[in-house]
Amino acid sequence: MADNKGIAIIGEITEGKLSPVTAEIIGAGRSIADSLGDEVICVLLGDQIGDNAKTAISYGSDKVYTIEDAVLKDYQTEPYVAAVEQVVKELAPRVLLMGQTAIGRDLAPRLSFKLGVPVAMDCLDLKINDDKALEMTRSVYGGNARAIFTSGEYPQMATVRQKAFAPLAADDSRKGDIVSFKANIDPAAIKVKVIDTVKEEVEGIKLEDAEVIVAGGRGIGSAEGFKQLEDLAKQLKGAVGASRPPCDNGWIPDTQQVGLTGKIVAPDLYIAVAISGASQHLSGCSGCKNIIAINKDAEANIFKNARFGVVGDWKQVVPALTEKIKELTN
Amino acid sequence: MNMIVCCKQVIDPEAPPASFKIDAASNQVMPPANVPPVINPFDENAVEAALKIKDQQGGKITVISLGNNLVRDVVKKPLSMGADELILLEDPTFEGGDSWSTAYALAAAIKKIGEFDLIFCGRQASDWDAGQVGSGIAEMLGIPSVTLARKVEVADGTAKIERVLPDGYQVIETPLPALVTVSNELGEPRYATLKGIMAAAKKQPTIWKPSDLGLDESQIGTAGRKANLLKLFQPVSEGKCEFIEADSPAEAGTKLAEKMREVKLV
Repeated sequence: MADNKGIAIIGEITEGKLSPVTAEIIGAGRSIADSLGDEVICVLLGDQIGDNAKTAISYGSDKVYTIEDAVLKDYQTEPYVAAVEQVVKELAPRVLLMGQTAIGRDLAPRLSFKLGVPVAMDCLDLKINDDKALEMTRSVYGGNARAIFTSGEYPQMATVRQKAFAPLAADDSRKGDIVSFKANIDPAAIKVKVIDTVKEEVEGIKLEDAEVIVAGGRGIGSAEGFKQLEDLAKQLKGAVGASRPPCDNGWIPDTQQVGLTGKIVAPDLYIAVAISGASQHLSGCSGCKNIIAINKDAEANIFKNARFGVVGDWKQVVPALTEKIKELTN
Repeated sequence: MNMIVCCKQVIDPEAPPASFKIDAASNQVMPPANVPPVINPFDENAVEAALKIKDQQGGKITVISLGNNLVRDVVKKPLSMGADELILLEDPTFEGGDSWSTAYALAAAIKKIGEFDLIFCGRQASDWDAGQVGSGIAEMLGIPSVTLARKVEVADGTAKIERVLPDGYQVIETPLPALVTVSNELGEPRYATLKGIMAAAKKQPTIWKPSDLGLDESQIGTAGRKANLLKLFQPVSEGKCEFIEADSPAEAGTKLAEKMREVKLV
């Protein structure tokens, strides 16, 4: 088992392009590989991989394995698990990484049980220790705690939180090998069928692309309340997000949830309105350097993570803030 | 329809953050005083998913919980919501497990139950947040798994599932038997009714020990772990918030805007 070599990364292609999280993990894999004198191998699956293999090299991969198959066009558990299992057996990597995404959350656990190795989910940090073992730091207890794990098995396997690592700058002069890998996928073995994929996107700027997010919590109290946050977000050319309770109450679509089980965002500015700051929520926005908190409870946990804070009723603070920003920016 | 729901007893995730404490010597979270444990909230969503199917077409719901010294009032909650039977895998040797040893014991219990069409688990437990046990059970049983469900319907031996995606959902069909992990988007779990609470009080859980399942003790609890926990700790937040002082909340709003301009945030 100690013969396992290489840092393998299961990449993702979203709407024809290499996903940002894949570039981030290649960067993380690069520093692990460099500390071991090892190489980074990115595995890309899909029906058309095209230039994404070159892109994966430009972000720091030494090799790219492409698995092109019509059945791999969109993620489905069974063919993806089968294909990745085969490539992992071929490569016998030391480390196997993927994103904590809609794909990684499903693929990694099932694959780990198939391979017979444990996986550390949702890692925030990865480090090679003095014994050359991978130390994987995870968020646990809803973000209240961190746990550092090692694995006794190879490959040492982890999923990585989005935005936990910064990608390297893309460098088109980087050289790397592209290897086409043929996976044997038996169509008859695919029992689970994806019938339809439905997009429920809200109008305006997408949460993950927004440079400014105005997010509301339980204290907003209604869908009407979120309209006021929209006014503020509009002035700042930002998007509106939420902690979990407003989504569970139907005040705002589920797609706008920021947090451990929602979206991980890292905008330039995050205005948290009537959000208490449960660790579950902070897990989704703690990468933001400029959190502004507005809460009537001076003891609210959110203030511990904020750069600026206002203690007061948001219903009075937010209209005045919106009005003044309008005046300052027009 | 024979349905099985796996429910975990956890430290209440809604307990005040200040009550969250770690014992560094044992690498364990210390249960907060005066805050009773609860059923993992996502597992309650899983119970609700099973109950919705039972409402429509009848069936039997068996709940399995694994641990040691499980609090009866807590683990009986699914019964008071409308589940039919409760099996406890309860023994000191089940303690300290990871996703591997937990899935191994639960899969063995499910095999012993024998007849099942659908197995439900919460998408992840609120303590370790790993989200692996459901997929692990399915792999061990060799059945399909569908994760992050927000809706589950059954007709003609097929389950139709809506799986939550970051920007919408997928509609997925799987033959039965299958395992489904359920997310909070399924909707609030129902409250226990008074009738349900009284019925649950009368029901005695079935208790299975490792030997009842023919389990190898080297594969369960701490002994069966594959992941080595080196350290458990609380992250430190810097807490350097600059508060905007003003005579009224509205004035604070105005001053906040001025401050944001000063530091070039607008």
